[in-house]
Amino acid sequence: MSGRAPRKKYWNEPRLGAWERSYLPEILRGLKITGGVFLSNMWKWVTFRKGALTAYYPEEVRADYSPNNRGRHVLTQRPDGAVQCVACNMCATVCPAYCIEIEAAADFDDTVHPKSPVRFEIDYSRCIFCGYCVEACPEDAIRMVKDTPDLPSFERDRLWAPIDLLKNWRPTKDPRKPYPPTGGAR
Amino acid sequence: MSPDLVVRSAFIVYVLGFLLTMATIFTWVERKQSAVMSDRIGANRAYLRLPFTQIRIVAWGLFHGVADGLKMIFKENFTPAVYDRVGWLLAPWLASVPVLLVFAVVPFGGTVQPGHLFAPDGAAAAFFGDRAYAMRIADLDAGLLFVLAISGIGILGTMLAGWSSNNKFSMLGAARAASQMISYELAMGLALIAMVITCGSLDLDAIVQWQREPLAGPLPSWGLFVQPVAFLLFLTASIAENKRVPFDLPECESELVSGYFTEYGAMKMGLFLLSEFIEIVVIAALVVTLFLGGYAVPWLGPDGFALPGGGTWHVSHGTVVLLQMLAFTGKVFVVGAFQILVRWTLPRFRYDQLMTLGWKILLPIAAVNLVITVVVRWWFG
Repeated sequence: MSGRAPRKKYWNEPRLGAWERSYLPEILRGLKITGGVFLSNMWKWVTFRKGALTAYYPEEVRADYSPNNRGRHVLTQRPDGAVQCVACNMCATVCPAYCIEIEAAADFDDTVHPKSPVRFEIDYSRCIFCGYCVEACPEDAIRMVKDTPDLPSFERDRLWAPIDLLKNWRPTKDPRKPYPPTGGAR
Repeated sequence: MSPDLVVRSAFIVYVLGFLLTMATIFTWVERKQSAVMSDRIGANRAYLRLPFTQIRIVAWGLFHGVADGLKMIFKENFTPAVYDRVGWLLAPWLASVPVLLVFAVVPFGGTVQPGHLFAPDGAAAAFFGDRAYAMRIADLDAGLLFVLAISGIGILGTMLAGWSSNNKFSMLGAARAASQMISYELAMGLALIAMVITCGSLDLDAIVQWQREPLAGPLPSWGLFVQPVAFLLFLTASIAENKRVPFDLPECESELVSGYFTEYGAMKMGLFLLSEFIEIVVIAALVVTLFLGGYAVPWLGPDGFALPGGGTWHVSHGTVVLLQMLAFTGKVFVVGAFQILVRWTLPRFRYDQLMTLGWKILLPIAAVNLVITVVVRWWFG
């Protein structure tokens, strides 16, 4: 093999002893493992228990998501129904997928919250559900709740979630994070 | 119609039914066993609906094999744009028929006297008389040679399929199949010669009879205990000959699409797949016959059980025949399931590893085993 660079040696190069090199005992060990799994699962099946991790899909409903699941986004609201968002763009800035678009509007009659979004959209064709937006938000205005957005679609344009949807898709109750938040308007 | 014709025809029908049924069952076993081994459920959707009712018979997915067969039969016979027509049409048959033929010399049961199965004064008993038939299609003295010769033909089908498809993947698969076959047939042949020298016969029925002798204590002198090295070599080589994982280089789904039958579709591909599963049964049958005592049931003689304590338990001729056939079927099933266990456990060999294993490891071991066998046989008679 002239002209061929010697193979790189790794620090964790596996070292085979005579036992491994003789191959047969290791094969038998592997067969013992798979055969053992087979026998234990088979024993479950023949004693009328389920010996598999997979679910019979339409008949069997999977366990629900964890309450900590980062599913779809919701925009929290003040008691008057307006979103808590102040259109600071921090979530849009931190978003690694650049999928949040916010268009701000000013209402100087509302001295407490002069700035609010008129357009708050999340592109679910790009969202990676990392939850950074939730962490970045200084107003606790965006949260992620357990259940998933209604994602499947034939058109990418339909995967934009506008502000009305983010406001109104009625998240389930989470006792640790009361919704709508208690404490009222700030 | 002579009694011979009737009995032989019955044997042929039985063997064909046995092979095809077992092959179909093994397609199901493969799916289910691999599923259970990997914490899955496996095929469970195909069902038969009883006519005019809503009762669906699922039977743990047993009908998936039937559904697969039906699907393949009714699919379009799609051909490559340019191909060698004769070779292409011939190849699936050349691959599958020898596999079926091998079974002609394998004894699937003991000696049957058909006249004794019926009422002693009936017309059937008079027709068959006292004739005795060893339960196999062909009473061939050189049975083992026939097995080796015919099973070597199967590779021609594989090569023809790869060559006539006019496809580079197919051609590579065929070339690999050919070199793999050569490197393993040698070790396989030498392992079998060692077994033949031990038993002193090429006749498969005689080999089964030889294995009935007690070896030590209650242990019968099965080939597994007398020739363990030959057993391992034969099992390895025959799995390699069947072109299944870990020796599936000719197919090699991850690199060669489907290897030598890439261009085949419909039932022509089905024949390749079916022949693979028939070969599982045939290999299991050969392993059982040569190394696991064949159809023999422990302590069961032609007249009934002769238990080691000295007691005897007489059973009728029909029961003896049935027990021996069931024992053979059961052993074949166990060995086949073991092959499937191997197939779903081991990763595929690299090509050079395969050649190394064949030429540098198995062949020398087989040769040494043969020499030792000859010396021992010569020394101790």
